[in-house]
Amino acid sequence: MTETTLARADALSAQPSPSLMQSKGMIGLLFMLPAAIFLLAFLTYPLGLGVWLGFTDTRIGRTGVFVGLENYQSLWDDSLFWLSVFNTILYTVAASVLKFALGLWLALLLNEHLPFKAFIRAIVLLPWVVPTVLSAIAFWWIYDAQFSIISWTLIKLGVIQTPINFLGDTTNARITVILTNVWRGIPFVAITLLAGLQTISPSLHEAATLDGATSWQRFRFITLPMLSPLIAVVMTFSVLFTFTDFQLIYVLTRGGPLNATHLMATLSFQRAIPGGQLAEGAAIAIAMVPFLLAAILFSYFGLQRRRWQQGGTDE
Amino acid sequence: MTLSRRDLLIGTAGIAAGAQLLGASPALAQAAAPSYKPEAGATLRVLRWTPFVKGDEDSWLANTKKFTEATGVEVRVDKESWEDIRPKAAVAANVGAGPDVMLVWFDDPFQYPDKLLDVTDIATSFASRYGGYYPGLEGYAKKDDKFIALPLAAIGNGILYRESLLQQAGFSKFPEKTDEFLEMCKVLKAKSKPAGFAMGKAVGDGNNFAHWIVWSHGGKMVDESGKVVINSPETIKALQYARELYQTFIPGTESWLDINNNRVFLSGDISVTANGVSLYYSAKNDPKMADIAKDIRSTVLPTGPVGQPVELHQTTSAVIFRYSKFPNAARAYLQFMLDKPQMDAWISGSSAYCCPPLKGMIDNPIWSADPVNEPYKRASSTLRPNGYAGPLGYASAATMADYVMVDMVAEAASGQRTPEEAAKRAEQRANRYYRV
Repeated sequence: MTETTLARADALSAQPSPSLMQSKGMIGLLFMLPAAIFLLAFLTYPLGLGVWLGFTDTRIGRTGVFVGLENYQSLWDDSLFWLSVFNTILYTVAASVLKFALGLWLALLLNEHLPFKAFIRAIVLLPWVVPTVLSAIAFWWIYDAQFSIISWTLIKLGVIQTPINFLGDTTNARITVILTNVWRGIPFVAITLLAGLQTISPSLHEAATLDGATSWQRFRFITLPMLSPLIAVVMTFSVLFTFTDFQLIYVLTRGGPLNATHLMATLSFQRAIPGGQLAEGAAIAIAMVPFLLAAILFSYFGLQRRRWQQGGTDE
Repeated sequence: MTLSRRDLLIGTAGIAAGAQLLGASPALAQAAAPSYKPEAGATLRVLRWTPFVKGDEDSWLANTKKFTEATGVEVRVDKESWEDIRPKAAVAANVGAGPDVMLVWFDDPFQYPDKLLDVTDIATSFASRYGGYYPGLEGYAKKDDKFIALPLAAIGNGILYRESLLQQAGFSKFPEKTDEFLEMCKVLKAKSKPAGFAMGKAVGDGNNFAHWIVWSHGGKMVDESGKVVINSPETIKALQYARELYQTFIPGTESWLDINNNRVFLSGDISVTANGVSLYYSAKNDPKMADIAKDIRSTVLPTGPVGQPVELHQTTSAVIFRYSKFPNAARAYLQFMLDKPQMDAWISGSSAYCCPPLKGMIDNPIWSADPVNEPYKRASSTLRPNGYAGPLGYASAATMADYVMVDMVAEAASGQRTPEEAAKRAEQRANRYYRV
């Protein structure tokens, strides 16, 4: 057995075939080609087109001409655009923090020994599995100004006198859409982190317990560092999903009341499709890119601190 | 075909007579109904908005079938949710492929006028035969001297109220003036059920309400030359009125989308709202709501300081795309569908939801079939184009799609901004489209 392996290795090292190397590279390229075409057609082209549209004055029904930064200049002076930027950041930060905290908590709970573990885990995934539009329509009823079941229950219980104005008051509406987004996003965070938790070797915890570590210390010095690469990835995705959210807002408020929940994505749609100004819509969408890049860079350089994971200190 | 041989002979005779008498006057020539012979082997694709009432669809399809029987031209009628019509039409115009004929909304034809077939001859012949178009609807179809679309109908918006709830507050009839209306709403809130009008991002109801508030007080987005004049004393007055009126509403109207007022009205929580007549029919056709249906009355929105009723409503027009391979079949189709016999059937079938564009077609038994229908008869005459008083085009469409008017009224009404601030902001926003 060992002899034959050695013999083979000898044979390979003795006869390095350049033609084989070449064709290997060729085969590699060939294998990558479908993926490359796919990426070019469905990622690079639309993105490139979007960037280009942002520099033109294209409207639906009319091809535009290059106008340079005119769209961005006009957006710079547009108070509604800045309001949507503020809303988007508030929405993303608040929802992501909540999703992370609650998701991690849920993952830790699910990692314990529970009866009907598989069943409970499947249930937890439901909000993520149900199409957003469906769940958003359900929430639309739950938050209805007149027929809200929450208001109804509270009124029957004598807690409040008049229905809660969930989506009509600007502050309430912001809180409401954020909480709905959190409800929808938690399973993704929780289930992914749960998968990460299960890769942490129990022997580490056992060793720490023997050394007298408290459960907080075990969480802080074992679970969290072991989990942090995964947290970085999960939260990057979560931030990206939240930042670009559209369906939830479109069903619940369409950006109202008084544009308090207008996100950049919904404003982009409102201007581009019903408003017919493709170029301006594209410019708003492209204006999201720097924020998204910042979020990605933050998570890669901020959260994936390798030294810290390996027990060192940060800088 | 749309015309019998006899019509054709009369028409030709008219042209001949005109030519002899006046020396080939084009105006007279146009007055005679043009005749189009569908191309051999022609088929048509029509894309329309999804009907709101069943009878609309049935009679539209029945009329289409008659056309096919008469001409042999197969017509496929597709439908699309009403809010998707605008982007679909624009893309079809841009790409140069898609349906031959489309029923579009508001100022859609003005987004791509050069992609549309000139239908001036059909329109002028209709106008001369049926007493002329109502100016508002004509405004949505006529660019300069040419018709780029054929006005089809106004989808009327009107007040719907509960008679018993008004009586409970001591009102036997609905006020006709805006100031009396405000007084009534105050009493309604105190003694009966409040009023409620959509002030959220409701494409139909929100725009109808906001435009009515501003227009009825003499405010307007732009002047005749397209200069933004929304920040005017009239608008401020309108917004002050809106602020007072809003305080009499049921809470939560800022979040209302198009459907909310229907639900609340049918649940009996509000006494007054504005909507298409479909709201009444959804109660009437539901045996469980018989009591509410019997109690529903309708009227036009109150008249403000301008002294005449002015409203936005919804307007739909029919366009033929230039890229159509069968332009004559498409012309013949529209000429047939929009002629009186077919329109009469369609207007009746639509249960007062659609109001005809031609003065000579307004008399239809449907308006007296139910007392609630009557006010909707006035939709075409009180209608104003959305870009009033300026030219229609991309700026008017973009301003409305961006909810500039709705946001302004909602901001001032809810007290988020003072009327002066709200008007100033609307001016800034509109100027981005109308480009000072």
